[in-house]
Amino acid sequence: MYNILIGGAAGQGIDTTAAILEKLFKVSGYNVFSVKDFMSRVRGGHNFSLIRFGAEAVYSYSNILDGIVALDDTTVELHKEQLKDEGFILCDSKLITTDERAIKIDMKEMAKKIGNPRVAGSISIGAVLKLFNESLDNARKILPQFIKKEYIAMNVEAMEDGYEFVSARFPRITGTYADHMLISGTNAVAMGAIAAGVKFYSAYPMSPSTGIMESIAAKADEAQIVVEQAEDEIAAVNMAIGASYAGVCAMTGTSGGGFSLMVEALGFAGIAEIPLVVIDVQRPGPATGLPTRTEQSDLDFVRSASQGEFPRMVIALRHINDAFYQTMRAFDIAERYQLPVILLSDQYLGDSLATAVPFECSKIKVARPLSDYTGKYLRYKYTENGISPRLIPGKSDQVVIVDSDEHDESGHITEAADVRTKMVNKRMRKLTGLCEELQEPDFIGDEGFDTLLIGWGSVWGALKEAVNTLSKKNKKKYAALVFGDIFPLPQKLLKEKAAKAKFIINVEQNATGQLGKLIREETQIRFSDSILKYDGRQISGEEIVQRVMGGR
Amino acid sequence: MTDSFCTYETAWCPGCGNFAIIDCLKTALEELGKSPSEVLVAAGIGQAAKTPQYINTNAFCGLHGRSLPAAVAAKIANEKLTVVVNTGDGDSYGEGGNHFIHNIRRNVDISHFVHDNQIYGLTKGQASPTSMQGLITGVQVDGNINEPLNPVLVAIASGAGFVARSFSGRKKHLIEMMKQAINYKGYALVDILQPCVSFNKVNTFGWYNKRVYELSNEYDTADKIAAMNMAMQFGDKIPLGVIYKQEKPVYHRKNKVLSDGIPLVDKKTNPQVVRKLLKAYI
Repeated sequence: MYNILIGGAAGQGIDTTAAILEKLFKVSGYNVFSVKDFMSRVRGGHNFSLIRFGAEAVYSYSNILDGIVALDDTTVELHKEQLKDEGFILCDSKLITTDERAIKIDMKEMAKKIGNPRVAGSISIGAVLKLFNESLDNARKILPQFIKKEYIAMNVEAMEDGYEFVSARFPRITGTYADHMLISGTNAVAMGAIAAGVKFYSAYPMSPSTGIMESIAAKADEAQIVVEQAEDEIAAVNMAIGASYAGVCAMTGTSGGGFSLMVEALGFAGIAEIPLVVIDVQRPGPATGLPTRTEQSDLDFVRSASQGEFPRMVIALRHINDAFYQTMRAFDIAERYQLPVILLSDQYLGDSLATAVPFECSKIKVARPLSDYTGKYLRYKYTENGISPRLIPGKSDQVVIVDSDEHDESGHITEAADVRTKMVNKRMRKLTGLCEELQEPDFIGDEGFDTLLIGWGSVWGALKEAVNTLSKKNKKKYAALVFGDIFPLPQKLLKEKAAKAKFIINVEQNATGQLGKLIREETQIRFSDSILKYDGRQISGEEIVQRVMGGR
Repeated sequence: MTDSFCTYETAWCPGCGNFAIIDCLKTALEELGKSPSEVLVAAGIGQAAKTPQYINTNAFCGLHGRSLPAAVAAKIANEKLTVVVNTGDGDSYGEGGNHFIHNIRRNVDISHFVHDNQIYGLTKGQASPTSMQGLITGVQVDGNINEPLNPVLVAIASGAGFVARSFSGRKKHLIEMMKQAINYKGYALVDILQPCVSFNKVNTFGWYNKRVYELSNEYDTADKIAAMNMAMQFGDKIPLGVIYKQEKPVYHRKNKVLSDGIPLVDKKTNPQVVRKLLKAYI
């Protein structure tokens, strides 16, 4: 497995160079996993992409590097300590570094000869391909996906020049992933929503959730979806509720700060029993926090957000597959139970890119509301399972009355004590059915463990890698449980595994151990220790190993 | 009036202007030949916002100030619905002020009937965005020091294509304004002057009656500058009628997905399209 870093200032073309390389490696058969680290600024600063690729599945990023593609001196300074002794630093000859591992290419001069200074990126791509013993065939094939027609010829020339300039260094690994997908968490969520039949997506741009809106908007014409950029998050969520009431699958997305604004409407969807899917792509808070970085600190908030009591579901996305299938499932559950479903993602998962088995959109069928009804229609009819018949306004002779006030079965305002109690009970009865549908957490590792690591959401990859490494080092004494469905909390597997564990450690990207708290609340299970990280950077598999082995 | 839109017991004060407004709404809908199931009446929170509770149509009783985004999205989802927002001045211009401005820009084909009594009724008598300066209330104890918002002027300035003012004391006029607004293709505002008999002791029936007058047939509703001047007339004389009207492209015709006229709610997800989209990632 190899690991390279492409770093430089914002605006230097890191994203394009990384995107081309990621695709090239995937097309060559590698399993690819890449993450982005960037600052909240449009130009300058220090940004980088980490691309890991190999013949076996990759689940987490790593900080140990085989190569650095440095677009500026800062990149060399900041990352040379991570580079293996036999690693390389590919850079322009103008860079001042004296590091022995540097391969300096006079890219500026070469690019000038080709006739466009902007082809320097393609020179380095060519050089990287040669270093890893790749051919240029695939590069020629995929370049048109990234570069405008009129510039292809000169970029191919640049790649060839870079390719010729260096000599091969790493053995080529044969992988079997060429026919897999390569997709980001953000795009997987968007595709999941489209596959589920989303017809209306409203949002206010906020990092790191904006990409979902952009991704759906890019396909809106083809997939027949209305994407509306709202004037604020309050409008965004109320629009989604209005559209859902009128009979289309609707979704909104935001990050924590925007979710704060949506909170009243979340409760509205709860009491009015209108299906709603909201994704909170977490970033560190509170308030503006670290806008382009990652954290898992909204769990406490989203599970209790809004005044009063109403059933809801919170699903944490763990990896790229989850991002697709759980987004689809969120619509199904929201529609069938007529309640809000909150998806919890984060910047790390959203911006990371991974190889995945092609998604099947038939795997989950989203149930749709009733289309006919006879007799006197009661929108909020008391039922045994808490789910009342749902009609779409304008689609029958009946009228559909929904209300944010407490209401009787017909939907009209009431202050009657007995109706209030019955209506609360009716809504809460949905939880009985919902709890039967909960998906147990992923169990990673082998039986016979003595230490159980517990996490949720995007720490899945790092935990998976950590358990593999720890088990090799320590005779299989480690296992992990990673929660996707998180509220209501599935308890069966948790109780079973916790009973066997000598030590239980929660691994979370927050300062207070929010999953730990939830588990204590619900099951009285206590943790022996915590591995918490909240510096805005995602924990890696190797960091978990280090913290498990060497104290916290 | 027949009773296809039914009569319900209300929680409004005797003598409230809302009674006349809801009567006019029912009459307007009947005269336009609308059936209850094709009409959606949406509202936020407030006394006026109880309107959807007392009329037999589809009803969306949402959150305070948030009726517009929900109503607009419902219309986006199903353009066959006749969507009417019936809600108050606090809901429309105070808490929902941001949505008021931005939904004018969208120009979704809905009607927005604001029961403008220049006071907060449900919370028992505080100043609203349209309260006059000097109005003494339990909060504005020394009299309201803020200048009133002129919603008609704001709407015209923001680009609304249909802006009218009416008065709950002139039912025939109000019915006519409602019908025109519902028939207008695009966002249509009718600011409805309405006395609050319990809390607004200044802007009473008598006060309005002394001042309101109906615009003559000669008034040119297409002249925007003249309309803004007319909108600014709010004092000893208050003009009633369509202050400004202009045909504009509506949201559904501007939006590429909706422009074919097939309601969004009737469009099905095509698995072939999804499969094709997913292939792009291989």
